Amino acid sequence: MLTLFAGSIFSRHKVENLRGKEATLEEVLYLPSGKTVKRLSLGYSGLLADIYWTRAVQYFGAKHTVHSTQYALLYPLLDITTDLDPKLIVAYEYGSVFLSQPPPEGAGEPEKAVTLTEKGIRENPEYWRLYFTLGFIHYMDLKDPRSAQRAFQKGSEVPGALPWMKVMAARMAERSKDIETSILLWQGIYETVADKDVRNAARTHLDSLLADRAITQLEQQVQIYRQRTGTLPASWGDLIRAKLIPGVPLAPKGEPYQLKANGKVDVEDPTQYRYLGEWQHNNWLPF
Amino acid sequence: MISRLSAITLNTFREAVRDRVLYNLVLFVLLLVASAPLFGEISIGLERLILVNVGLSSISLFGVIIAVFVGIGLVSKEIEKKTLYTILSRPVRRWEFIVGKCCGLLVTLVTNTALMTVGFYIALLATAHSLHRSDANILVAIYFIVLQLMMMVAITLLFSTFSSPIFSAIFAFALFVIGTFAEDLKNFAAMASGGARWLVTALAYVVPNFASLNVISQTAHGQAVATSLILFNTLYAVLYSAAVTAGAVLIFERRNLK
Repeated sequence: MLTLFAGSIFSRHKVENLRGKEATLEEVLYLPSGKTVKRLSLGYSGLLADIYWTRAVQYFGAKHTVHSTQYALLYPLLDITTDLDPKLIVAYEYGSVFLSQPPPEGAGEPEKAVTLTEKGIRENPEYWRLYFTLGFIHYMDLKDPRSAQRAFQKGSEVPGALPWMKVMAARMAERSKDIETSILLWQGIYETVADKDVRNAARTHLDSLLADRAITQLEQQVQIYRQRTGTLPASWGDLIRAKLIPGVPLAPKGEPYQLKANGKVDVEDPTQYRYLGEWQHNNWLPF
Repeated sequence: MISRLSAITLNTFREAVRDRVLYNLVLFVLLLVASAPLFGEISIGLERLILVNVGLSSISLFGVIIAVFVGIGLVSKEIEKKTLYTILSRPVRRWEFIVGKCCGLLVTLVTNTALMTVGFYIALLATAHSLHRSDANILVAIYFIVLQLMMMVAITLLFSTFSSPIFSAIFAFALFVIGTFAEDLKNFAAMASGGARWLVTALAYVVPNFASLNVISQTAHGQAVATSLILFNTLYAVLYSAAVTAGAVLIFERRNLK
């Protein structure tokens, strides 16, 4: 019996080699619809979800190992997995990372990663970390800080969310050059968060943003003075006499702003305002 | 009456536990449960979840298989071996025979489920290294599986009173499958109109509702099951099983055994 069985294995091996790759259809999903699979699961959808998730992980791993740039079945597998078990958080968290990373690290499909994460949020509205995942994908992969800010903001409102979600929202507002929203968000963090380190960080950001806003407004007044008189103001007194400002403008830390000979305005000690001018930069910084 | 019922129940239980198919299926479930942690190795972040899903799904599915394959032979074997005539010639009424068989198989299934549950919790302890309060919710899922098996025993016995073993198995499995779609039938009924609506609605209530007894996913995620659901599911399962068993008794009472 053993000899016969060994012989059958040998001959089968030969047959498979002869038939080659056409013998198996590698990239095929026989049941592409998650809802259909759920119907056919006879109530054991949780078990099938685990099987599909395992299949998705093995599929990604196999493709990743050979540095593939095509991950055609990855999103369908993840979509079916989450249809079968909408509460399977790991599928949303890890799956979105697999999808969003550029090839060959991942599938390079950040839009599908967003779709998957948004589905996870709909099914698990109490799980605030998915908002972080969404914000991360919008900022890092889609280079869209405004959408990232919205995601972090909404996530920060979920009960139990950690305070740094508000911090992330405020940072994204800075990145999207929306200074007013950024000021509001940092103000909110400073007033509501109890953690001392977070409050200090919020204060530093707030001071820098308030200084940035004030500098922009003061430089506009300097230009108005120049248009009226043909010369740049020599001191704040010139602007006060021209009724363009009510008094000597003070920076958030209490010291007066510096009016330079070229009409630019600056703070006395830039080291006290670490993030001064950062929101205007075009450089893509990692948060 | 109680002594006759308990005698048939005990005898049915003894016969069932001697069935080799039963041991093989129970062993297979225990092996599946023991191997579940290995599935967690080839996945990410799901060791406990896979174990619970594999364990409970195995207990449920194989419980149904045992209920059907042992249940289809309960009446037919007695007829084939001609032992039924001996039993009925004693002062054992036909309804006592049916109810006793039903209870005997149910006791067998509860015993098997208890064994499989012990194996499952050992595997859970080995995987998670400790048990949490939320792991007690799994017992609710197992209780619902027992209720499901009770209904399957009654259904299988009903078919076995008038049909051959093969057809009894086919009908019982078909009803199990339809029972998982019971809530969809009600949705179809809502979309229908006139006589068809009444017919589909009636059908939706006649077929067993196994969907409401399946809380495996819910408990796998550590979510509790509402007490009201436990109470009403128990009431539903008991009443449905009693109604189907009554039907089996009615058929068996009128059956010509010659």
